[in-house]
Amino acid sequence: MSSVAFVIIAILTLAAALAAATLQKLMHAALSFAATLVGVAALFFLLGAEFVGLVLIFVYIGAVAVLIVFTILLTRRDVGKDRGANWTGALLATGVFGGLIWAILKTQSVAIVAPHMRSISVKRIGEALMTSYVWPLQCVGLLLTAALIGALVLVMEEKR
Amino acid sequence: MSKSVDQIFVNAKQWVLSWLTGAPGWVLQVASSLINIFALLFVFLTLFALMSVLERKILGRIQNRYGPNRVGPFGLLQPVADGIKMLIKEDIVPARADKLVHFLAPILIAAAAILALAVIPYGRNMTPFTIDGGILFFFAVGSTTELAVFMAGWGSNNKFSMLGAMRAIAQMISYELPLIITVLPVVMVVGSLTPDRIVAAQAEYTYGLVPRWFVFTPWGATAFILFFVSGLVESNRTPFDVPEGESEIVAGHMTEYSGFKYATFFMAEYIGMFAITGLAVTLYLGGWHSPARSLEFIPSYVWFFTKLGALLFVYIWLRGTLPRTRVDQIMNFAWKFILPMSFTCVIAAAVWHYAGRGLRGWLWSFFVIAIVYTALSMLLDTQRKFAPRVYRFAE
Amino acid sequence: MTPTLQVVLVVSTALFSAGLLAALSRRHAIFILIGIEMMLAAANLNFIAFWRFSPQPQPPTGVMIVIFSIAIAAAEAAVGLALVIAVYRHYRTTSVDHFDQLKG
Repeated sequence: MSSVAFVIIAILTLAAALAAATLQKLMHAALSFAATLVGVAALFFLLGAEFVGLVLIFVYIGAVAVLIVFTILLTRRDVGKDRGANWTGALLATGVFGGLIWAILKTQSVAIVAPHMRSISVKRIGEALMTSYVWPLQCVGLLLTAALIGALVLVMEEKR
Repeated sequence: MSKSVDQIFVNAKQWVLSWLTGAPGWVLQVASSLINIFALLFVFLTLFALMSVLERKILGRIQNRYGPNRVGPFGLLQPVADGIKMLIKEDIVPARADKLVHFLAPILIAAAAILALAVIPYGRNMTPFTIDGGILFFFAVGSTTELAVFMAGWGSNNKFSMLGAMRAIAQMISYELPLIITVLPVVMVVGSLTPDRIVAAQAEYTYGLVPRWFVFTPWGATAFILFFVSGLVESNRTPFDVPEGESEIVAGHMTEYSGFKYATFFMAEYIGMFAITGLAVTLYLGGWHSPARSLEFIPSYVWFFTKLGALLFVYIWLRGTLPRTRVDQIMNFAWKFILPMSFTCVIAAAVWHYAGRGLRGWLWSFFVIAIVYTALSMLLDTQRKFAPRVYRFAE
Repeated sequence: MTPTLQVVLVVSTALFSAGLLAALSRRHAIFILIGIEMMLAAANLNFIAFWRFSPQPQPPTGVMIVIFSIAIAAAEAAVGLALVIAVYRHYRTTSVDHFDQLKG
């Protein structure tokens, strides 16, 4: 696994994530969120899970990011700006970050290097989905149908 | 002899790479990728230039006039003149537009279109980048086009642009689902998401005569037609070019773009068209295989581009012949007709497979598709009964 | 120097904290949703990292969990955004400071 590529992609992803959390202009923050997701997908590619990276791009950027920008558009009555990060939020987030980093750096058993592995093939994922994970697959299908119907019902205009 | 002509580009690339034999592994990989990328860009940008003039000439002939024929022999140097015009135009950005978003939108849309070209097999051993989930990569990259269209519409700070962008995105999202579901029967039957394996599964000839392309099966023919129509919509081509309908919303999301940025949008639309037709050729028309055993001496890439050219000709023909559809007609068509038919293709492919892949399977799957098609045609009778027309003249 | 598991975990922690920052400090309802989505993405990265660095041969458990997690996150984003639109219709604002009708 190439470490130069990893460091560059990680820095870009974190920069985009910070931009998404702190930018004032709404649309820019939403588009930085999409850039963060591209970075996370690239990290998945580097970690050998290419199928998941592609699914992430497809679902998140193709659907969720478009949903988010549409909703920003539709609820844009007052202002195109938002107050950025404020003090209590930043303090809490930094506190959580510090605590987790301390826990990670203290654990010696995670200071390991990646074992040699070929990327997982789509065929194996398909086999696993249809044999060991077939119940979660059906449940997720049901959940997605319920979410679809629920979202439609929520935004339907009430009949007078 | 014909094999060496067939592999001429692969051998040329190996010869160029042999200049770098002593270099470390990653240099060879980067060099190989760069050669692939440059060859791809060269071929498709030339094809884009050629198509922009051929489209106008063919449209002109359909409309009983000559197309552009002043610049160069038969007007074939017209793209050069167009390119010079686009490059020397003033690049106007609206004063209150969001500069960063306005600038990034054409770049993102062109990048997405060109990335999609990278996984299509253009000839024997001539796929630029072999990815295990190649078809998924194609659709993932194609779905980022929607976000870029939205950026273009919003960044222009113009109501027409915003409206055009919303229409374009609604259209693209609606037809993305049928696009993917019509690919599903092919993936099911072949058992792989890699375009190379899909082309290899269409290799032989049944009874030595008819090639085993998926378009010659009932589910394949239906899926091909549905994929073709969905591809038309995804590329915003007439009859579905509501987002860029000149008589309606100026130029939709591309209104505020001038000069080279407009040319980039134009190029992205055409390259998107090439990508979708390339995928249609790969999935249904047998990729780079030849249609008859006696014609196999013709190189594989010639066959691929011939099939691509035939599909592009049909695109241009449809543009010259059909009027524009209304937005609600497009949506109705997608959700009420194309989506159920594409689900039927999946079922018909399964029936074809389990009834043996021969004549019995063919007949059963044809039966399934015919029943659903007839049922849909009868259920979706949206003809309004018109009152007899009353004429009133100025008296 | 290849990245160790610690480095990948640090990256995902930073992403999680950025999501937490967005969820806690923003006033617009949609940004809170964006923060939640970022936290979910950081958790997915964690799963994939642990799956990748575990001793081989390894069943594809991490990948499976992430696939389902992405699907659920998309469903939750859709419903959450539908909620925001429905609430906007009633209150005419998306600033969460104004959603205080149930305040005691």
